[in-house]
Amino acid sequence: MASTDQAVVCEGLVRRYGERRALDGIDLTLKRGQTLVVFGPNGAGKTTLLRVIATLLRANEGSVSVLGNDLRKNGREARSEIGFLGHSSLCYADLTARENLTYHARLHGIADPDERIERLLIETGLESRGDERVAGYSRGMVQRLAICRAVLHEPELLLLDEPRSNLDPAAIDQVEALIGAASGRSRVIASHDPAGGLEEADLVLGLRAGSPVMLAPAGELTAEQIGELYR
Amino acid sequence: MSASRPPSTLAATSAVLAKELRLERRAPQTLTAMALFSATAIVIFHFALGRDEVSGALASGVLWVTLTLAALLGIGRVFVADSEEGGLDGFLLAPVERSALLIAKALSLLIFLIGVGALTSLIFAVLLLGPTPSVTQWGSLAIVIVLADIGIALVGTLVAAIAIQTRTRDLITSILALPLLIPVLIGATRACEPLLSVGGGGLATRWLMMLGLYDLVFGLLAYALFDYLIED
Amino acid sequence: MTTTKPLYGRRLTGLAIATAVVVTASIGLAFFYAPIEVDQGFSQKIFYIHVPLAIVTLGGFVFGGIFGVQYLRTGESRHDLRSYTAIHQGLIFCIGALITGSIWAKAAWGQWWVWDEPTLVSFLIVFLLYCTYQPLRFSIEDPERQARYAAVFAIVAGVFVPVNFIAVRLASPLIHPRVLGSSGGSLPNDMRIAFYSALLGATLLFITICKYEMASKNNRAQLAALRRSISGESGDISTGRSAAPKISPS
Repeated sequence: MASTDQAVVCEGLVRRYGERRALDGIDLTLKRGQTLVVFGPNGAGKTTLLRVIATLLRANEGSVSVLGNDLRKNGREARSEIGFLGHSSLCYADLTARENLTYHARLHGIADPDERIERLLIETGLESRGDERVAGYSRGMVQRLAICRAVLHEPELLLLDEPRSNLDPAAIDQVEALIGAASGRSRVIASHDPAGGLEEADLVLGLRAGSPVMLAPAGELTAEQIGELYR
Repeated sequence: MSASRPPSTLAATSAVLAKELRLERRAPQTLTAMALFSATAIVIFHFALGRDEVSGALASGVLWVTLTLAALLGIGRVFVADSEEGGLDGFLLAPVERSALLIAKALSLLIFLIGVGALTSLIFAVLLLGPTPSVTQWGSLAIVIVLADIGIALVGTLVAAIAIQTRTRDLITSILALPLLIPVLIGATRACEPLLSVGGGGLATRWLMMLGLYDLVFGLLAYALFDYLIED
Repeated sequence: MTTTKPLYGRRLTGLAIATAVVVTASIGLAFFYAPIEVDQGFSQKIFYIHVPLAIVTLGGFVFGGIFGVQYLRTGESRHDLRSYTAIHQGLIFCIGALITGSIWAKAAWGQWWVWDEPTLVSFLIVFLLYCTYQPLRFSIEDPERQARYAAVFAIVAGVFVPVNFIAVRLASPLIHPRVLGSSGGSLPNDMRIAFYSALLGATLLFITICKYEMASKNNRAQLAALRRSISGESGDISTGRSAAPKISPS
């Protein structure tokens, strides 16, 4: 395990889609154990930033490192430490929740995954329906399963793209221990909710059309200032 | 805290392969479609050719046209489940070699192809084939099918990985895979011709060598290029 | 931002003139200098067009693959443009080779198409494969991905060409005596001179056309960039979906 104080370091990060710059010169450092919340209107580059840090997209320019692993060189090592929760569940609809999690456990090389899977299913309230095909799940259940998948291999860094979408208040409480501040992990969260997002942030990044227009410790900002981003 | 360390390529391959086979067992779409297509194609050949029995080059041609077109159905499905449900991202997020996905996908396609090949040859032998092959000839036929299917599975996985990212997935799959598979078709039909002839004959090693060469060349090529198709 | 990149295609005039001279000379040599072939008579003259076209086609496809490798290695869009142009023009030359081959077959064997001429059959298969290059590019929207997948195609197809030739040759019984080898190695001297000048002419023609196509694409990209900087627009360049490579106007 890489020993470093920095969970995520981006230097001059640029990502293009064709000629459009989806991310244009992002510089940031997130300390281990802290939470970065990324704000910005739709299409500002929040999801792209998360996907680049997750090694799903390459940076066109600049560098990104996760827990001391340069993604260009040591992407594979970094992936062991990353838990990614995106818009899609990354689970197969024709498999059961247990089968999906077992598959991901094998891909992450988790020894004896059954106990871990069982505990996660209980924590998220899915244990009674763990042997049903995911195709029959409600959207909230799929989201809870996706959360189980993201934290399955006990990653040090969580990348969460609007993690509480489709979840009712009870479910949000359920997953708090897994992906909330209580999880004790470093987190990068993409959010649309200025007030709620600010509450759990240590560091705030505001994006507009791919450019970083705001980067400050959460204590120096108000929800109104963040709301300005969306205007 | 449960211990985890990056799995070997072999472990990752077997995980993906097990998942593929489980998916197909749970919802047997691909194999069923391929088998039904093959059986119907043989019936169509009966009427189109106006013959009750075929042998030799014609028999070999009918068998391989059927198997090749059935293979296209399978190739078209290789990455569909992954693209629909984000399973590709799920794989890419794991600390494993990308080639594990290629190997597992090609292996599962190969298993489907061999299954359909075996079933189709049996149906073909009962319905349309004139001469009755001997046990040795059945054995030789099996060798040809396996060698040809390895090539089809490798090129098919490569083509499928290309096609899945295009807007016109089905069209690209067919127009790209068919010309690429012509050498396989040449080798397989020529190798099978004596096996399906009246009086019968043996296996010509030069066609097996050609199929083997094709498998080797495109296997290496797929291995070298696959990363560029699934990374972004 | 002003573009300081020199315009492409300024030195092309010299090349174009040289090409015109060599092509004219080689046609002259083929028709008036090279002797009439004993067996096939005047119709054999098409050999001086068909074989060079075929060789240049293969060369174009090989270079398409090589530039594809370079694109995957470097990610520079100029390699994508080169690969695209080589394959695009190779395909056009391939059509020429197929048509002249067909005419030759009609003259020599009385049929427009002969299946037992493996080189010709291989060409047809290769042609069918490369025909999918444009549709493939067109069906991928993201320009970077389009370039990457096109490069993979160029490499796979480039390797496919020799494999396919071996397979087709193995499958064809050689009935027709090969009076004239494709290499021109067994030709009498005067025929060889005419053949090599025709080959040089076809090669120059191919290079000139490729350079013009690339120059035109580059100039168009620069023109679009200029227009944008004049009108003060920035950001998205919506030129619509295209099978042609995107060139970054930096």
